[in-house]
Amino acid sequence: MRFKLVNAMAVFVFAAMALLAGCQGKDRAKPAREPKAGPPAALKMATTTSTENTGLLDYLLPAFEKKCHCKVQVLSMGTGKALKAGRDGNVDVILVHDKGAELEFVAQGWGTERREIMYNDFLIIGPDRDPAGVRGMNLAADALAALAAAQAPFVSRGDDSGTHRKELDLWKNKGIEPSGDWYMEAGQGMEDTLRIADQKTAYVLTDRGTYLALRKKLTLAPLVEGDPELFNLYGVIPVNAAKHPGVKINTDLAVKFADWMASPEAQKLIGNFKVDGEVLFHPLAVDSE
Amino acid sequence: MNDLGPGFAEAWRMLVTLDPDVMSAVQVSVGVSVCATGLAALAGAPAGFILGVKQFRGRGAIAAVLHTLTGIPTVVVGLVGYILLTAHGPLGSFRLLYTPAGIVIGLFLLLVPLMTTLCMSAAAAVPASAHETALTLGATPLRAALAVVREGRFGYLTAVTTGFGRAIGEVGVAMMLGGNIRGVTRTMTTAMALETDKGMFGLALALGAILLVISLFVNSSLHYLKFRSERD
Repeated sequence: MRFKLVNAMAVFVFAAMALLAGCQGKDRAKPAREPKAGPPAALKMATTTSTENTGLLDYLLPAFEKKCHCKVQVLSMGTGKALKAGRDGNVDVILVHDKGAELEFVAQGWGTERREIMYNDFLIIGPDRDPAGVRGMNLAADALAALAAAQAPFVSRGDDSGTHRKELDLWKNKGIEPSGDWYMEAGQGMEDTLRIADQKTAYVLTDRGTYLALRKKLTLAPLVEGDPELFNLYGVIPVNAAKHPGVKINTDLAVKFADWMASPEAQKLIGNFKVDGEVLFHPLAVDSE
Repeated sequence: MNDLGPGFAEAWRMLVTLDPDVMSAVQVSVGVSVCATGLAALAGAPAGFILGVKQFRGRGAIAAVLHTLTGIPTVVVGLVGYILLTAHGPLGSFRLLYTPAGIVIGLFLLLVPLMTTLCMSAAAAVPASAHETALTLGATPLRAALAVVREGRFGYLTAVTTGFGRAIGEVGVAMMLGGNIRGVTRTMTTAMALETDKGMFGLALALGAILLVISLFVNSSLHYLKFRSERD
């Protein structure tokens, strides 16, 4: 009797393993369909929602993938989370926008180097009739102070992203701690936050790329822009494999990717990328024009 | 602003042209859901049989814990899965975070309590005499167990279809453990969440339609089988 029970368990374990192997095979079958010999290497990149959702990466990455015979796997999340993914050793390279945090990341040895790739800027958009009267203000911090004074509805990213950190810096400049019914934290990506702000006819701080990509679906109007404080710089950082012993991190490929992003070829592509005729990201490493 | 008309037109175009993004999301979703449901059934059916048929100390406590876990929020499973799979976590050396296999593991954890509970009910619903008779007639324990499974087959089918339905429709685990990588771990639900963020309702609607069709197919198959088994 006992022996037969053992038999039954063996059958069960065998079936489980066969099924597992089947599932694994399914995963492996994908790269095998690529025309080139050998499966392409995979480079995992954590980046911000603004670079993926504007379509920039779809436009840019195929050129690199062809060159290096690899597949860039894009994970879009806020800057804070992307930096953490690098610190945790879950990705090979990060492309984010928070210069202070990026410099710290490299100084602590989590990244091998930091290359500045491109920039755009932030702007404050809000209801066209502008109840708080911030339109045309020169300084973004002044505009936020006016919003706080008027208790005008404002939607914050609230997700520790680069944009959220910039907004918090601006409040801090004025010594304001925003709170109250008028201050709403979305806790989501830029697109979602813009849609929420639009639904609630609220003010919101956004990066220009996402705003331009989504502009047609919004009723909100640009109100404050051009403040040097609103400059938005993107950097690429390969994750340092030496900090993650025993974890396979593809630093070599990540460094190649960073070099390529700063190369004239990629810089030119970035400068040529347009949505509705507008340039969303300006190349930085080399002048494209 | 009305997005419904153009959204449906775009969705229809994507379905008719077999849009690669749509097809890939369907493939990933169905693949991970089938794997996870299969694995959870392999674990849940024997465990459910033992809990449903045998009497032993602690059985009630185990059943209560499993019942509680059937309603576990998917983000909690996603969080636990993340802690297990992250590079420096207990299973980190396998590098399964942000892979389809990572999603399968998360869905497996999500489905095991649910499917074990359903299999337990299926086994318990079969009259105890069926099991005992089989054993008295000299059947091996495995054959006796299979007799119970045969009697309660509709309950087991319900367990599988319910598990599959939960797996294919959930978004928390797929997002947290898969990372929504296009063409690799982008499932129907994570693609829908992303496209809705972007205000591109076409793809989201197309995927929503396919998701409904899959659910309809699974459920009507179940009803057909039940209808047939009742007629026999």
